[in-house]
Amino acid sequence: MHMTTTTNTPYSPPAIALHWLMAFLLIGLFSLGLYMHELPLSPDKLKLYSWHKWAGVTAFILVLLRLLWRLGHRPPPLPAAMPGWQKAASHGMHHLLYVLMVAIPLSGWLMSSAKGFQTVYFGVLPLPDLLGKDKELGELLQTVHKILNLSLAALVVAHVGAALKHHLVDRDDVLSRMLPFRKLRQKNSLARTPTPTQSRTPSR
Amino acid sequence: MNIRRLILSALLVASGATHALEFTQFQADKSTLQFVSKQMGVPVDGRFKKFSAALAFDPAKPAAATARLELDLASVDAGSADADGEVVGKPWFNVKLFPTATFVSTAIRPLGGDKFELAGKLTIKGKTQDVSAPFSFRQEGGKGGNAVFDGAFVLKRLDFGVGDGIWSDVSAVANEVQIKFHIVVAPTAAGK
Repeated sequence: MHMTTTTNTPYSPPAIALHWLMAFLLIGLFSLGLYMHELPLSPDKLKLYSWHKWAGVTAFILVLLRLLWRLGHRPPPLPAAMPGWQKAASHGMHHLLYVLMVAIPLSGWLMSSAKGFQTVYFGVLPLPDLLGKDKELGELLQTVHKILNLSLAALVVAHVGAALKHHLVDRDDVLSRMLPFRKLRQKNSLARTPTPTQSRTPSR
Repeated sequence: MNIRRLILSALLVASGATHALEFTQFQADKSTLQFVSKQMGVPVDGRFKKFSAALAFDPAKPAAATARLELDLASVDAGSADADGEVVGKPWFNVKLFPTATFVSTAIRPLGGDKFELAGKLTIKGKTQDVSAPFSFRQEGGKGGNAVFDGAFVLKRLDFGVGDGIWSDVSAVANEVQIKFHIVVAPTAAGK
């Protein structure tokens, strides 16, 4: 990519789809995890744990797909006006987000194995136990899973905050280029935009 | 292969007959009683740490054999601390009222070779049901070695009211529980 690339180039549709699919999935997984671990043992708790694991495996598959897509498709460049330290912070942040999105389901999978409960995807496909049953290791991995999740939650807050800052304060396209249905937004907000088919036009 | 096996087991039975070897000394530290429950379709291993058995098994007269097992339900390891605490409670074993489960054999039937079938009455939580389980017999080492009985069967926990109330939902914890026993018994010192 070279300097003249417009900053409002949107992300590719698969990147946008994977981003939002995972955003909702991860928020759901985090909330469910937070809720279920305090529950007294009951059939419902067992079900919630299973659903959490199935959703977690799904998130793991999605992040791998996302990484594969990302390897072949560079994201659009950041606005040229952004200070260097902000660009560096942004790159660092996105790397960390990817690291955590891979590490968290892995830690959950390993924790489950160490606690002696195999993960069976949708109750049908057994995932191999990468660790044998080990009580202490299971408890350690539970702590790791928790810390990684709290870290991700903090990073997501910063990620959302930064996106909103770009959108509302800097008034650039950093957020809107990741929005789905951007065409519609443009059509509605900029009624005179003459290209109804592609979203490649500058939004301002 | 089959003929060799047959001759071997015939020899085994014959040698048993001549020595009238009877196995009666239960070896608690070498025996295990395990079970596999299914939670949300996922097999979870468990076991009972404390159980005792009174047996008499003469390979020459298997039909005359008897077995009686008593297991301390509070010694359960259900796979996790959470489950251990739960399973001794009222909806499950209710160990305060029913601390032990017992099995008393009623018949032992040879199935050919080293295979047998054990039938008897199993009592858990005050409820008695007929159960039967195939098992195999082998003798460890040479003369005077221990007898090893391995068998498995599936029981339905709800037949015994184990896991009632909310837990009668078999989509969370399956009704079928597989029981696996590995019983080691030393021969009677005196022989005849």
